[in-house]
Amino acid sequence: MALASCGADEPKIAGAAPTMRRLTEEQFRNSIADAFGADIKLGVKLEPLLRTGGLVALGAQHASVTPFGVEKLHQLAKSVASQVVDPQHRRTLVACGPTDPSAFDEACASQFFVRVGRSLYRRPLTEAELKARIESAAAATATLGDFYRGLGSSLTAMLMGPKFLYLIETTEPDPERPGSVRLDAYAKASRLSFFMWNAAPDNALLDAAARGDLDASSGLARQVDRMLASVRLEDGLRGFFADAFGFDQFETLEKDAIIYPVFNLQVAEDAAEQLLLTLNDVLIVRGEDYRNIFTTRHSFISAALARVYRVEAPNPTGWAPYEFPAGDPRVGIQSQVAFTALHSHPGKSSPTLRGKAVRELLLCQKIPEPPADVDFSKFNDPQSPLKTARLRLAMHTEQAACAGCHKLTDPIGLGLEKFDGVGQLRITEQGEPIDPSGDLDGAKFADAADFAKALSTNPASTSCVVNRLFGYGVGRVPSRQDQPVLDYLQQVFASDGYRYRALLQRVATSKAFFAVTSEAAGVAAQLAPSEAKGAP
Amino acid sequence: MSILLKRAATRRSVLRGLLGGGAVSLALPFLDCFLDGNGEALAAGGAIPVRFGTWYWGMGHTPGHAVKDRADVGEIQFLEECKALIPLRQHINYFNGFSAPLDGRSNSPHRTGWVASRTGVVPPIGDEILAPTLDVLVADAISGGTRFRNLDVTSTGNPIDIYTARSNFSRGTAEVSPVGFYARLFGGDFVDPNRGEFKPDPRVMVEKSVLSGLVEESKSLAGKLGASDRARLDEYFTSIRQLENQLALQLEKPPANEMCKVPASPRDVDGERAPTGVEIEAVHETHRLMTELLVMAVACNQTKVFNMAYSDNFSKLRHAGETYTHHTLTHEEPTDVKLGYQPTAFWFNCKTMEGCADFINAFAKTREGAGSLLDNVLIFAASETSYARIHAVDNLPMMTFGKAGGRVKTGLHVPGRGDPITRVGFTCLRAMGLPLDSWGAKSLRVTKPISEILV
Repeated sequence: MALASCGADEPKIAGAAPTMRRLTEEQFRNSIADAFGADIKLGVKLEPLLRTGGLVALGAQHASVTPFGVEKLHQLAKSVASQVVDPQHRRTLVACGPTDPSAFDEACASQFFVRVGRSLYRRPLTEAELKARIESAAAATATLGDFYRGLGSSLTAMLMGPKFLYLIETTEPDPERPGSVRLDAYAKASRLSFFMWNAAPDNALLDAAARGDLDASSGLARQVDRMLASVRLEDGLRGFFADAFGFDQFETLEKDAIIYPVFNLQVAEDAAEQLLLTLNDVLIVRGEDYRNIFTTRHSFISAALARVYRVEAPNPTGWAPYEFPAGDPRVGIQSQVAFTALHSHPGKSSPTLRGKAVRELLLCQKIPEPPADVDFSKFNDPQSPLKTARLRLAMHTEQAACAGCHKLTDPIGLGLEKFDGVGQLRITEQGEPIDPSGDLDGAKFADAADFAKALSTNPASTSCVVNRLFGYGVGRVPSRQDQPVLDYLQQVFASDGYRYRALLQRVATSKAFFAVTSEAAGVAAQLAPSEAKGAP
Repeated sequence: MSILLKRAATRRSVLRGLLGGGAVSLALPFLDCFLDGNGEALAAGGAIPVRFGTWYWGMGHTPGHAVKDRADVGEIQFLEECKALIPLRQHINYFNGFSAPLDGRSNSPHRTGWVASRTGVVPPIGDEILAPTLDVLVADAISGGTRFRNLDVTSTGNPIDIYTARSNFSRGTAEVSPVGFYARLFGGDFVDPNRGEFKPDPRVMVEKSVLSGLVEESKSLAGKLGASDRARLDEYFTSIRQLENQLALQLEKPPANEMCKVPASPRDVDGERAPTGVEIEAVHETHRLMTELLVMAVACNQTKVFNMAYSDNFSKLRHAGETYTHHTLTHEEPTDVKLGYQPTAFWFNCKTMEGCADFINAFAKTREGAGSLLDNVLIFAASETSYARIHAVDNLPMMTFGKAGGRVKTGLHVPGRGDPITRVGFTCLRAMGLPLDSWGAKSLRVTKPISEILV
């Protein structure tokens, strides 16, 4: 993929210390699926990460594991390992076996761990690591009297170990900058792969790392182009946007069954899926301008969602493309059920929560916490003649302490007020017509469609995705020293026509993406490729 | 304790390391005697341990309607909101009138209160954790010899609704499903102390051995990491060690324990998904089920430390068919002029105290030694606010339940007279035998426990 020059050179930045990041839930699951196949079931979840800098993935940089977390990890690892070596899977996943199943077969165990280890550790195992796995499997086989169970026990330890659970970035001396360090080739492969695919490096990328291709700009570019062309790019897109748009909240999303009988678990799952399908369609399949996600009428719909949207399901048993007609207020992802239902109360809509979500998730602007001493009583006066949220929220302007923040949120959220607490279209609230007009940073709008235009042309919408994506890629919250690069990326994003795929390429091939300092926060040259088992 | 420390660590250094050095100081020597309760023996001959727990509820109380204020230490007079606690007041200590000086930091609504009362440090922002919560300190001191270092449970369906943390990025996650909790406590890995025959499971032996090998194999990483990453790795290894201990206990026949009666498996409230989290009746039922399991886990000596949350700090409790939650009601429901309070928010507070009574009762009705399980437990209970409507953190309502093996008097209402809220937590820590001479930071630092409740 060739990108035009925008006339600007990438500014140099120092980077930051290499990171040690716990795998996110999705990364863990994708890694297991890549190593052993998608039919391996994972019933237990890892401990949740603390959202940091707008992304769960950045909380991974600070995550430890509590005793309960290790218990869960143990259950997960045991479950995965037992499936890998069960009679159904061992033929393909172990691919060798002893003549006597009660006896240990070192050659087979070695073959298994060399292959699996490279996938799980995202680099070849060292001699010592391989020896440890084999010895562990041999001891377990002796106790249990079963080769496959012995193999599974040793695999359990691998799956629980910090070298799998954490992305521990390793460095090596940088030949181009004597006295400095750079990420080693396998660390680069992992950074690249989790950024673009939300998964561990595949064999081709690990091979490229082993050959040293990733240390040269041409070799790196070849791999980036290959990854951009892969169907797995969708996994990367899903991983990033599900995180950036706060989809972890779907885990505990509840709606009142009496007020919203149409809403159920299937609707919640389909709503999240609809938004991700839409993003993939606009950004990858159609390759449109990023800003179109806020104005598109293209989407996809399932039977469960069709009931919420009150349209006929084109496909009663699955998904089908769907285009909301001209004049319909469903314009852009912010009008979809995933956004409007997620940012509402269980039994009612919330212009404030929606406005806050637009500011924080779509524009990367922080809304301060509400002040401690606030009297809301006028808002819910049962005798109040104020029927609509617009009229009730106007109360906040009477208190200076509230007005500051509510002016930032409510005029935005009111633009989506024609969507109720689960995203169903409505015209009135308590019999009063809903006025969906509002204001976004001075851009007045008359309704949701008009709001979509205001959102798409707001400069923060594009700088937000640039900043979030860069942080997501390098695994840390961007700092002030990164600002020149963020400005540069924003500039080239514009010159590339705000194409998401082009942005991925710009980030992945930038010097800043791999820039690290030599401060002692990372692993210093602990595993030179030449020391690794199986390295050429 | 870190498995990466090569040199022998003193108790002082270990505790200081665990506590981050800022919030506590220690009075040495460390006494082990607190591990043994008041010396009362079980039928099987072992000493009854003293356990520690916390109970959390959101939205505090309705001022003037929960408890009759007192000027001096004396009997508790619960009012209408706490009516459910009246029959149990002999098991309770009630504390109010304590202050939460913020030292210039802002009051983050519904966050500052719980963090300050449980860590002794006012969060700089939101619920940022700068020191471990008090249950973590106690667990570090007393959790040896039990299968679980601690058990954390919430009734809300959301695993993050639990108020325990070692540090800002090392927060507890809670059990949310009675079925899942039962499986963890009494499923296949549980060794029934009253079963006659016992044979170590070779599978468990292998699992333990494999974990030991994993730790050895991974040790070399630590020397190559920066300080903060090394600390995280250290915590990971500590957790692995805890799991190893857990497995080790499965390989030993536990002493017979006539108080330990394996309960029946609870019905699956909502299939494979966690129970519906915020509808009040579902929460109440989940809380009851979880409490029964927790009590038996404690009675069976599976843990000595536990945390239970009835509701979250932004209490999302609500009635089916209603648009407002408990939290939004506290802000937006008009005060009834005749009653003098917000009637629906008050109803939720009453219901919450009924849950509290269920919790206390479950411990009180479980026989242990010559008394009840509650006699050998100390439970710290607090909300995040005293009056939710205005997010007040001064006058935070706090309680303790149980006699801590005879170390704590009960049935007393202790007015704080403006003393820091941390005096209550500090008293709990002292009652649990932690040799601290202070707890808390800045204006929350306290050096005197509440002697009126200590025996």
